[in-house]
Amino acid sequence: MFIPHTDADREAMLSTIGVERMQDLFKDVPAGHRFPELALPPAMTEMEILAELQDLAWANSSARELSCFLGAGVYNHYIPAAVDSILRRSEFYTAYTPYQPEVSQGTLQAIFEYQSLIAGLTGMEVCNASHYDGATAAAEAVNMAYHHFRGKRNKVILSPGLHPQYRETIRTYTDGSPIALVGDHGEIDLLAGPDGLTPLIDHDTALVVVAYPDFFGRVFDLTRLVEAAHRAGALVSVSTYPTALGLLKPPGEFGADIVTGEGQPLGIPLSYGGPYLGLFATRNEYVRKMAGRLVGETVDNRGQRAYVLTLTAREQHIRRERATSNICTNQGLMALAATVYVSLLGRHGMRQVAELCYHKAHYAASCIAGIPGYRLWSQDPFFNEFVVRCPQPVDEITAHLLEHGILGGYDLGQDYPQFKDHLLIAVTEMNSRAEIDVLCDVLEEVSNG
Amino acid sequence: MNIPEDLKYTRNDEWIRVEGGTGTIGITDYAQDQLSDIVFVEVLAAPGETLKQGDACATVESVKAAADVYAPASGDVTAVNEALPDTPELINSDPYGAAWLLKIELSDPGELDGLLDAQAYRQHCEARQA
Repeated sequence: MFIPHTDADREAMLSTIGVERMQDLFKDVPAGHRFPELALPPAMTEMEILAELQDLAWANSSARELSCFLGAGVYNHYIPAAVDSILRRSEFYTAYTPYQPEVSQGTLQAIFEYQSLIAGLTGMEVCNASHYDGATAAAEAVNMAYHHFRGKRNKVILSPGLHPQYRETIRTYTDGSPIALVGDHGEIDLLAGPDGLTPLIDHDTALVVVAYPDFFGRVFDLTRLVEAAHRAGALVSVSTYPTALGLLKPPGEFGADIVTGEGQPLGIPLSYGGPYLGLFATRNEYVRKMAGRLVGETVDNRGQRAYVLTLTAREQHIRRERATSNICTNQGLMALAATVYVSLLGRHGMRQVAELCYHKAHYAASCIAGIPGYRLWSQDPFFNEFVVRCPQPVDEITAHLLEHGILGGYDLGQDYPQFKDHLLIAVTEMNSRAEIDVLCDVLEEVSNG
Repeated sequence: MNIPEDLKYTRNDEWIRVEGGTGTIGITDYAQDQLSDIVFVEVLAAPGETLKQGDACATVESVKAAADVYAPASGDVTAVNEALPDTPELINSDPYGAAWLLKIELSDPGELDGLLDAQAYRQHCEARQA
């Protein structure tokens, strides 16, 4: 154990603040609660604890053993073995940007490459070193837009097609601030898509947040919405699924001011919720209001290429309470995974994965739509995920699917009351045609009772 | 340290030059020297807006720090220096001239009496350097 203070250090500190014994610092905690009896089992040996943990792990089912049709924000994509192999190299194996960053040129270069790849994928000019996940990145976009207008615009419009957990996170971040969040409480017709948000945009609107594809997998042309927002002087943030950008027009090309997203599909395992990766890209003109760290390329005093943390005066350790965000940490290791993943796949590989997802999902959707009792909710274009109205409660269906080794999808009724009996199904390159056919067979079995 | 005699100063290192009813505002030579290389300037007020004495009216960012600039006096903003966003280094080279930040129409000239004259400001700077 690392103990930074000697007994003499501690005595010096105590005498400086006029306290005699360390225990006196805790005297405000009621005596009975100071050192409570903890109900801990007796210590075990390494061999025993390993067996116990193994038992616990075996109680889980993972996407490796099951056919996974569950998405809803994170997706079961293939991860090339080289990703993990590079991540585990000791030169890279840390979750953080080092505190003396410039001594770690390799780490900074990897982050710089990450920023460049994500900027290219999203069609944006600048990308930060990453945030925690897609939800926190979406919330930082709200922060940034609010600070961009220096508190003079207080309205933020959230599309109801934005991931429910992202909207929840944005609400947590903005709680107690003057920001008013509108748009996702039944103001618009969900089926009609994000153009329904246009009438809500006014000169008090700082930001419009939309998803592309949306939480239901649908892909809309956002050009008109972006134009309407810009006419009112507002910014637009697009939350995206990076795999889909292998196929879809990048948001930068239809005028998005900020692009955020969950980077998990880029070489990061599902891992029951994390660690994941928050993508955040924007335009140069907003870079000083952007949160997070930023690595730049320069030349050193010997004329050699070098990487540095740049524009740090934006950050909270310098700008204090006037910084856009108090978060400057990043997901260094996960950003590295995404860098390796995108580099390995390349432009053609990214497109190929996206096409596989698209075609397999469309095959699955057309099969399911042909089963009596099941109906596709929307006829809009979609990427790799779609909503199915089911003849029975979703939990009964998914329980039945699990008996057949199928992780069946997401019960939309959890988040949207109008979506009782609606199942959100995701298909990736990992799902074989045989798997999809079995899924359809079992769904048909359920509907026949 | 350059501290022109004809200006008024604040303890926060802003200067104001009064000509008729107009006040021109900037940051001092001492301030630019402390901040070192200025890389970014953002004037937060636009013409037509009203500033109260002490309102934040600009942000100046150097390679090592970011500083807010506060209005030395109250008034309506009549002009902002459009050249600064592209040439922030003017603040280092010509803090009392080309690097003015904004001009205001003074609404309460009496406020100026509470500011420092060149001699008092020089003492204020020297005290901090000691």
